[in-house]
Amino acid sequence: MTRPEELSVDATQDLAVFAQSIRIDVLRMVHRAKSSHIGSCFSIAEILAVLYGRVLNVDPVRPYKCDRDRFILSKGHACAALYSALATRGFFPRDWLDEFYRDGSKLPGHATHTVPGVEVSTGSLGHGLSIACGMALVGKQETKSFRVFTLLSDGECDEGSVWEAVLFAGHHRLDNLVAIVDANKIQSLGRMSEVLNLEPLCDKWRASRWSVREVDGHNVLAIKDALANVPFEAHSPSCLITNTTKGRGVSFMQDDLLWHYRSPNDQEFADALSELKAAV
Amino acid sequence: MRLAFIKTLVNLAERDPRIVLIVGDLGFGLVEPFAARFPDRFINAGVAEQNMTGIAAGMALSAAVVFTYSIGNFPTFRCLEQIRNDVCYHNANVKIVSVGAGLGYGALGASHHSTEDIAIMRALPNMTVVSPADPVEAQMATQAVAALSGPGYLRLGRSGEPLVHEGPITFQLGKSIQVANGDDVTLIATGAMVHLAVQASRDLLRSGIGARVLSMHTLKPLDESAIVSAAYETAAMVTIEEHSIIGGLGSAVAEVLAECLMRPIPFKRLGLPSEFVSTVGSQRYLKEVYSLSVRGIVDATLELLERTTLDHPTKERFALRGSR
Repeated sequence: MTRPEELSVDATQDLAVFAQSIRIDVLRMVHRAKSSHIGSCFSIAEILAVLYGRVLNVDPVRPYKCDRDRFILSKGHACAALYSALATRGFFPRDWLDEFYRDGSKLPGHATHTVPGVEVSTGSLGHGLSIACGMALVGKQETKSFRVFTLLSDGECDEGSVWEAVLFAGHHRLDNLVAIVDANKIQSLGRMSEVLNLEPLCDKWRASRWSVREVDGHNVLAIKDALANVPFEAHSPSCLITNTTKGRGVSFMQDDLLWHYRSPNDQEFADALSELKAAV
Repeated sequence: MRLAFIKTLVNLAERDPRIVLIVGDLGFGLVEPFAARFPDRFINAGVAEQNMTGIAAGMALSAAVVFTYSIGNFPTFRCLEQIRNDVCYHNANVKIVSVGAGLGYGALGASHHSTEDIAIMRALPNMTVVSPADPVEAQMATQAVAALSGPGYLRLGRSGEPLVHEGPITFQLGKSIQVANGDDVTLIATGAMVHLAVQASRDLLRSGIGARVLSMHTLKPLDESAIVSAAYETAAMVTIEEHSIIGGLGSAVAEVLAECLMRPIPFKRLGLPSEFVSTVGSQRYLKEVYSLSVRGIVDATLELLERTTLDHPTKERFALRGSR
């Protein structure tokens, strides 16, 4: 299996550029489609850049090869960011992104398995980790080399089914399973601390026999270092809590619930684009 | 039926290493032979049906053939969205098995009555819905859903259902089995109600009425051609199910009759009303309460035929038979 080698400074920059390109794609897609969830996409740009730029053993030429690493975007509403990463990696033509969310498009508004490179359809929260457990279980039983990664939102962890799966993975010592939590601290109707406080989140996973690390979710090097070393401990599933900011990258979108829903108007689009481009 | 199921599953698993059984912490005194023979292919997911079903989907998407097992509504309603999104949407090779069809857990109360499951399961795209009549059909149905590529729902009785079929049968998903011949009226039944329908047909014969009985073991895809043929070849039709009359066998047959017939046919759905059972009682007792009995089937059929003789063009035919 291809394992990530050490990153050079240039490669680190490449990942940061990849992350920013995801944001720019998402901004264009969401603006053109007049769709939502831009903030949710921006918070995971670095995570996806590291996964698709460095960590995942996937091959756009053979998207269903048996030994591929599996990635499930359990927070399926952030699919625009995933589609961007997949297009950049060559899973499908980049011009598909222009049709995102539109009538007759190949790219629906939640992650869908009919799109090349999308492992599993999601959209209803709390499903991805269970499916990932099933895949990891087969991997363990058949001593396959592939690993299973899933990316959840922190708000998603309100769902009881997430904790059913957390218990299961810990009990069955699924050390080929990695859960990444996008901890942007904002859910659909408010701040996590106000809606349903999940803290201490790391401790909850640890208490269920997961090996947990916590990183800055916008630091590609920190994410890469963590994900290059999974499992964090032998015989334990790994949980990476990534502290992120919803809407990260555009000053007027950052840490603001509004951008879970709002689609940028033409002026906001222009302002956001220039801010994102200036940061590349 | 559940014994026939587990015995068949063990036999299948001997030949097919892809077969996995996941239970939701239920199946005491039943699943042990499978667990003992195939410890690596038996998983108890705990009291966690949503996760059980998601795991099943994940395993099936990694080439396993996965049976999930629990009782009543636990493996269906408790995890309905996982069935819809994770199993059906991906057309994953997951077979959901529920024991305690209808009022099988009678005195345990309404929480355990599986009386709307056919309606819900048959509404899901890609789902095949099977409700065998007896242990023979249960064995064949288990083999058939295992061989099916895609989701299946197997609705099993738990009460030592009597044999409907005395010998080997030809069993094909989507193809009903005619278990009694007759040209006057058609009784279409599913699950353990088939046995009562056969007995009812014998009683009706004593009144000079030939009742055709179909075991509609597959609710989806439905055997439309057998329904349409029977509707043209017999004068009236009764559906019988241990399930709500909303959305189950009766509804499914009515949909076919309404769309496919060139003339109306006298038609009656026997089943449970859309209400929670308010009496305490065994399965047998509760079925009597709701007239899901031989007597209930016979009476309802005679009443329907009586109306038929009054307002239907076939009146003459029945008048003739009555005078025979």
